[in-house]
Amino acid sequence: MPQYFPPNVNAFVRWSILGGGAFLVALLIALPIYARTVNNAVGVPVEQPIAFAHNLHVTQLGIDCRYCHSTVEVAASANVPSSHVCMTCHSQIRLGAPQLEALWLSWEQDLPIRWNRVHDMPGFAYFDHSAHLTNGVGCSTCHGRVDQMAGMWKTEPMTMGWCMECHRAPERFLRPRSEVFNMAYQPPSDQLTLGRELVVAYDVNTNKLIQCSTCHR
Amino acid sequence: MRASVDALETTRVLGPGQTSAVIDDTVHTPVLAGPTRTPLWWWAGFGISAALLGLYLVSVVHLITRGTGIFGNNMPVAWAMPIINFVWWIGIGHAGTLISAALLLFRQPWRTSINRFAEAMTIFAVVCAGLYPILHLGRPWVFYWLLPYPNTFGLFPQFRSPLAWDLFAISAYATVSLVFWYIGLIPDLATLRDSARSRFQKLLYGVLALGWTGSARAWTRYMRAYLILAALSFPLVLSVHSTIALDFAVSVVPGWNNTIMPPYFVAGAVFAGFAMVLMLAIPLRRAFHLRNVITMRHLDNSAKLLLGTGMIVVYGYAIELFMAWYSGVEFELYMAYNRVFGEEYWWAFWALIACNFLAIQPLWFRRVRRNPVALFVIAIFVSIGMWLERFVIIVVSLTRDFLLSSWFAYVPTFWDWALYIGSFGLFGTLFFLFLRLLPVVATSEMKEMIYHDEHHGSDYFEDIRSEYYGEEDRT
Repeated sequence: MPQYFPPNVNAFVRWSILGGGAFLVALLIALPIYARTVNNAVGVPVEQPIAFAHNLHVTQLGIDCRYCHSTVEVAASANVPSSHVCMTCHSQIRLGAPQLEALWLSWEQDLPIRWNRVHDMPGFAYFDHSAHLTNGVGCSTCHGRVDQMAGMWKTEPMTMGWCMECHRAPERFLRPRSEVFNMAYQPPSDQLTLGRELVVAYDVNTNKLIQCSTCHR
Repeated sequence: MRASVDALETTRVLGPGQTSAVIDDTVHTPVLAGPTRTPLWWWAGFGISAALLGLYLVSVVHLITRGTGIFGNNMPVAWAMPIINFVWWIGIGHAGTLISAALLLFRQPWRTSINRFAEAMTIFAVVCAGLYPILHLGRPWVFYWLLPYPNTFGLFPQFRSPLAWDLFAISAYATVSLVFWYIGLIPDLATLRDSARSRFQKLLYGVLALGWTGSARAWTRYMRAYLILAALSFPLVLSVHSTIALDFAVSVVPGWNNTIMPPYFVAGAVFAGFAMVLMLAIPLRRAFHLRNVITMRHLDNSAKLLLGTGMIVVYGYAIELFMAWYSGVEFELYMAYNRVFGEEYWWAFWALIACNFLAIQPLWFRRVRRNPVALFVIAIFVSIGMWLERFVIIVVSLTRDFLLSSWFAYVPTFWDWALYIGSFGLFGTLFFLFLRLLPVVATSEMKEMIYHDEHHGSDYFEDIRSEYYGEEDRT
């Protein structure tokens, strides 16, 4: 009977089976590691049509978060300000500055500035800013020290696992309502005691926080 | 010579005049024939299947681009055609596993000539079935979220949910069936490799045969592996459809929440599967001149299994209605009334009784069991009946649940039907490719049986059976 394959094919097949198995295992280890290394682009500044500096506006000029993100306390969306809000000041100062080209254009043509989304939540997750603020989750808990950022980037990965860290045990992160806009807030050493008190005080339904339908409606 | 052999029908497991050479000739020659010698019926069947597969692909693209809104499902009928078709297809697969594993372990020699195509049928049916839940997800491309893997959601699948069990049951079923089928194919692939003429065939079957030598040691290990795999797949005959039944039984919906569901679903699956085996075997034995390989005995036995499992299923229908009455629960009683006399779907229940109960009654008679045309027609009725059974259980129970305000009559849309009819194309395309490229009968096992038959008679119970069947003498 003629042989169609050279003798070393046997070794080749054996090693391919082994190699294929090893490759699969390596893939199963590598992909989760990759997902955690890339971490949804945490710390990577997002290019914007105007290089808006939060640190300049918040820390140096002392503008409150809510001046621009006006609906954050009452609505699901925090609101990205319209050009009109920018123009409350910029109709008077830094007129004609080339860095603000996109703003002038937007103002003249009455079209919104096309900001690039930094925190891009999937459509099937219903996030509500007001619910978080009224229950004592501070801005900086999720967004980090935006008051010190020259650009804008994520400081947290915004994965569901990250959400669940708090949703499973909110007492670890809650702060008094009066402190939610305090960007420099440091949790006290007895955070858990405080957190448990706040959970009771704000009537946080911890059981409901881990229900699917709370965020996926 | 073939024509004269063809003309005879036999009730023996092995027809007269079968030798190793004759088996090779009937089974392997059409596989090794060049493309120009492919018979016309193959091109016709493959062409129709491929056209339907086109319909399937169009439906899938439409589904992915537009979302599950293209289906008729809506609350409260959240589960409708995709799940009906899923259960229907997965049920069909069961006969293959029963034949290949259970009958092997029970040492039923008649399994040998039908196991190969029945196993192929199982795998292709599982492919058709497995795609439905994935397509039904709405975001099919993230189906792997169902698996327990170190994800970034901080979540694991809900192991208390039968839907998670489903995933494991079906993937285990698909894997074991595929491995079992392939292991069974290896000696035949080696035979094909050794008698191949074209270079393409030599390479194709050479690679697939994995260097099978046919030495005594290889055979010993092979037989052991085959038996172990059979023992592994035997529980799957019972477990897969039990798990699928639990998808319903674990819920609180009247008409679903019954403890009888798992065994009754398993019987239904084998019932549907044997109907499909008959629907495939009857044309196959004609097209491939296999009347001495798949004999009247095979059809007769399959018909008996059809009748037996069918009557278990009918018992299930009766018990469902009885339990609804016996429970005294208002909602259960209404479900039973609505199922049988409801204004919208009463016809589905009575059509189901006609197909699954009345249509199989002629199988009590030996003459019907040995009439291929009659069997083919009954098998078609059973397949329709089994589809209707799932329709009745799933849709009719859901349309009228606890709240009057949420009652809703379900109507399938064009795309519901397109995805269903299209899945025949997927099955058919795979099956016709199988018919063209692989041996449709397990020839190595057939040869073993021929040897056994020559020297010892076909099996231990030959005498008892020949008395019952009034067989012609062995020649």
